[in-house]
Amino acid sequence: MNQDRRTFLGQTGKLLILSASAALAWEHVLAGTPENAPNYNFKDHWWGMAIDIEKCIGCGTCVRACKTENDVLLEDGNFRTWVERYVVDPADLDHPRVESPSGGYAGFHEREVKDTNLKMFFVPKLCNHCDHSPCVQVCPVGATFESPDGVVLVDKTYCLGCRYCVQACPYGCRFIDRRTETVDKCSLCYHRITKGLTTACCETCPTGARALADLKDPRDPIHAFLRDHKVQVLKPQMATGSKMYYNGLDGSVR
Amino acid sequence: MNGVEGFIYPNEIELQWSVLIVLYPFITGLVAGAFILASLERVFNVEAVKPTYRLALLTALAFLLVAPLPLQIHLGHPERSLEMYLTPHTTSAMAMFGFVYLWYLMVVLVLEIWLDYRREIVLKWRASQGWLRTVYGAMALWSDNISDSALKLDDRIGKTLTVIGIPSAFLLHGYVGFIFGSIKANPWWSTPLMPIVFLFSAITSGVACILLLYFVTCWYRKVTVDMRCVDTVSKYLFYAFVVDFTLEMVDLIQRIYVSDESFRALDFMVHTKLFTSQIVVQILVGTVLPIAMLGVTQLVRMKEAARRAIYVMAGTLTLIGIFAMRWNVVIGGQLFSKSFLGYTSYKMEFATREGLLPSILLMILPFGILWVLIRLLPPWGHDEQPNVKRA
Repeated sequence: MNQDRRTFLGQTGKLLILSASAALAWEHVLAGTPENAPNYNFKDHWWGMAIDIEKCIGCGTCVRACKTENDVLLEDGNFRTWVERYVVDPADLDHPRVESPSGGYAGFHEREVKDTNLKMFFVPKLCNHCDHSPCVQVCPVGATFESPDGVVLVDKTYCLGCRYCVQACPYGCRFIDRRTETVDKCSLCYHRITKGLTTACCETCPTGARALADLKDPRDPIHAFLRDHKVQVLKPQMATGSKMYYNGLDGSVR
Repeated sequence: MNGVEGFIYPNEIELQWSVLIVLYPFITGLVAGAFILASLERVFNVEAVKPTYRLALLTALAFLLVAPLPLQIHLGHPERSLEMYLTPHTTSAMAMFGFVYLWYLMVVLVLEIWLDYRREIVLKWRASQGWLRTVYGAMALWSDNISDSALKLDDRIGKTLTVIGIPSAFLLHGYVGFIFGSIKANPWWSTPLMPIVFLFSAITSGVACILLLYFVTCWYRKVTVDMRCVDTVSKYLFYAFVVDFTLEMVDLIQRIYVSDESFRALDFMVHTKLFTSQIVVQILVGTVLPIAMLGVTQLVRMKEAARRAIYVMAGTLTLIGIFAMRWNVVIGGQLFSKSFLGYTSYKMEFATREGLLPSILLMILPFGILWVLIRLLPPWGHDEQPNVKRA
């Protein structure tokens, strides 16, 4: 590579400036005040996720990545994200056979479906980061809140552990972390997305079945995804304003 | 997984609200019901229930003092509970508990009891010695004005307070029903009837509790039971219970007829896991039987001893039935998955923070408090002394 001294110094200078601003931003994110970060503006983002059921192979990598990234206990009943396997008789949508052994952490055993009429698919789930969150509504002290960029978060230093939000979530996304006696749930890897990274689950998904989406970014592929597919949210009758958009969601999924 | 049938969401394996949360609506229900019974005498001048008036007020206070304890013990961080008062989240039904509670406790109940007892507190202050004198002095707020005009003023304010107190009591328990009824994620709870059902079941349980306490105190003091009083109280119990049962049946029939997406799961639950506690204990033994027993006393002329026996039995069954109703609402509402595809179980522990033992202690505690209150402020005997005529 042919590079003169001027170009080299210029590029090094840019790199130094950029990493300094990234470091500064990271400081603010750590301090819980990402709005003060010079390169992250709340108002410019509106986070959600695109989930493509037809691409999910039930490998459980997302569940493992989430547990590692977010220090979630490995025991049952502690899932920020999980995967369900549905086996459905197309003529009987009301009685799907569903399983999620250990939340799909170790993937799923191969299942032989002899009846070729049955359909089988995987459904990855996580907090729906609802625009009108029932969990946020009921929290007695506001420890659960919606950030201005559309992420439902929990302030663990403020949560009473009353569990009202766990009751109010229609999707079963919340649980009590026994180490802190406070509620826990998916934070959409807020510590990552405010740094320009994607979530741990999206990062590690081998088939691209999940993609973090910034609905305020006109260049985000989410817009094409929503336009080109028949997209649905979970339990639309709950009118929660979910921002988890599923492509190929079967009518049997709850 | 242990105790799980079908499919539940992976995070649903833990039941969130235990028997302590069953006690909470049960205890607040007793408070509201006892207060409403007391108000009958005061506001509507139902002379017959007068012997229960003060007993009902003191019972309401004793139970109200204990009401927040099960919630407090249940919290993961009880030390942060004050935040509900300091930084309440205004859209949260639960955040309003503190304010509804304080309003009811301090503004309505304590003030009303104080005004009603002020004359006797002052007389006891004057008559007592030593530390008891200090206690009564403090209770009188060191004001010994019991002139006729002062007592008349007390009585007028007291009556106004009771008038405010009735909607407050309705608010207190209607509100407790709303905590459950407003959770749209849970079809077992989510019904606009929930606050009204809670309210009428509260009145029923409170009246039954006072009826039984009146029998116990008469027996303990070796005085004859005022039959006119227990007949009237039982009549109210009967009416309140009929309304309560009708509302619950309206809710049930509506659910069966509409048969929405949750119906099959809930129906299965009622026929299996909740069969004993709901069909047998709550509906048959705890509702139909006491209503039938009380109904018989309304229709058939019976001897006093027989009526007394029926009242005691019906009152006891009523309390069991209403407790079962609270249990079926709180625990029942958590036994099915929000996917409507599976069920879980509740296994009550014994000597743990949310176990059976603390629950039993919490249910005994109000009676201990009531005993102290009765010692300090005897609810009886004041009628024999000259008293100011009520406004």
